[in-house]
Amino acid sequence: MNAILPDPYTIPLDKLDPSNPDLFQNQEHWAYFERLRKEDPVHFVDSEVFGPYWSVTKFQDIMYVDSHHDLFSSEPRIVLGHSKIDFEPPMFIAMDPPRHDEQRAVVTPAVAPKQLAELEPLIRGRVQAVLDGLPVGESFNWVDRVSIELTTQMLATLFDFPFEERHLLTYWSDVATENPELDVNSGGRTEEDRRDILMECQQRFMEIWKERAGQTPKMDLISLLAHSPATAKMEPMELLGNMILLIVGGNDTTRNTMSASVYALNKFPEQYDKLRADPSLVTSMISETIRWQTPLGHMRRMATQDTELAGKKIKKGDIVVMWYVSGNRDEDVIENANDYIVDRARARHHVSFGFGIHRCMGNRLAEMQLRILWEEILQRFSKVEVLAEPERVHSNFVMGYTDLQVKLHPL
Amino acid sequence: MPRITYIEFNGTEHTVDGTGGDSVMETAVKNEVPGIDADCGGGCACATCHVYIDEVWLAQMGERSPMEVSMLNLAEGVADNSRLSCQISLNESLDGLVVRMPESQH
Repeated sequence: MNAILPDPYTIPLDKLDPSNPDLFQNQEHWAYFERLRKEDPVHFVDSEVFGPYWSVTKFQDIMYVDSHHDLFSSEPRIVLGHSKIDFEPPMFIAMDPPRHDEQRAVVTPAVAPKQLAELEPLIRGRVQAVLDGLPVGESFNWVDRVSIELTTQMLATLFDFPFEERHLLTYWSDVATENPELDVNSGGRTEEDRRDILMECQQRFMEIWKERAGQTPKMDLISLLAHSPATAKMEPMELLGNMILLIVGGNDTTRNTMSASVYALNKFPEQYDKLRADPSLVTSMISETIRWQTPLGHMRRMATQDTELAGKKIKKGDIVVMWYVSGNRDEDVIENANDYIVDRARARHHVSFGFGIHRCMGNRLAEMQLRILWEEILQRFSKVEVLAEPERVHSNFVMGYTDLQVKLHPL
Repeated sequence: MPRITYIEFNGTEHTVDGTGGDSVMETAVKNEVPGIDADCGGGCACATCHVYIDEVWLAQMGERSPMEVSMLNLAEGVADNSRLSCQISLNESLDGLVVRMPESQH
């Protein structure tokens, strides 16, 4: 735990910087964003760590920026900060049209409705196996045993990656999302270490890629990329970039929502009762968890021209950060936004998946994984009890958990 | 009042009276017609209000905006008569409009 940070209301507004990863790890960011939404919804600050940028904190402004890719470019990166050693593997989430559209279209079939219908029984079987293997009545870390295990298995399937080596996918995902700005980041690694590890990741994927290119096309992500004219000739760094994108996209987000669902239902026990009494609420509970947790805290853009946003003059080249984690607490759009309500009306109306052409590609798969998990939990356990406050990821991007101790109660 | 008929993928029909100025999406949501998610709330930003316009009405629909074209790229099963229903504003000339839902919003 880091030292307690200053109360945001004691800081002069023009110095208020919500990007410090300590804030998120300590859960002290909420008050910072509350003040910004109220007093300066499109806010400029010259951050000590991340340099000058605009914070966009309200729902409608976020949607405006996200859906105007002509005004706000996703290149060269979509997360705050920059690499000091110029290690920036290109990936399609950090590209503008037309290149973005061409590459995204190649991998979309892997999460199309037909594929999802085929994956459902496989996912259910795995969820059942994981849940049936858990100890009842004793303490264990839900993050490791359930959230990481299930999302890693899913990733291995999506890539058709060797199943016994699947832990590597989670490892690479964790390394990829560490902040390059911090001298020693959350994993205790330098940026050079981080680059070396991800180059190993590239090696491994290059081998599989070459193998798949010589085989009959299949529906896994590597095969789709290796056989499509738009991506078959990707440079090794671009392959790495897109692999990182797909690993992180399918890993951190769903993993942390799985942990968040357990945590939230314990924090709001009357909501857990409601869900137990009416399991058909699982669908809206999942959307509510995705909103309440906001697995990815922000996305970064760069203005392509001088423009105006909520009365502020944004200059060409300015960095604009959409704080999704704040937009999902905007009371002008979401009533009682700090509360977790499993039967919330219009629960799908949240910003967690982003808007516009970069909107989350795997959202329906994520929702399906979470729905199946809870359908199976409700049939097995009367309660997944949280025993202690969780430990959290040190990041302003990944809103995640590293340790969530729980105890299972039988039906 | 323009009257609209929504036909679900399974064939169930819902005929409702709309209000001029509302969109085809808003009219469905207000009348609790299932099959339209409208996650973004009408901003042409999520592609979860995808519908198919009955052929006879296509000519009166006007063109898709470039943003609508971009967003339809994200939807599943897009056809020549696909539109995002949040981008169609109701007026008297659309009285009798028939729209069909896709199997799912994706």
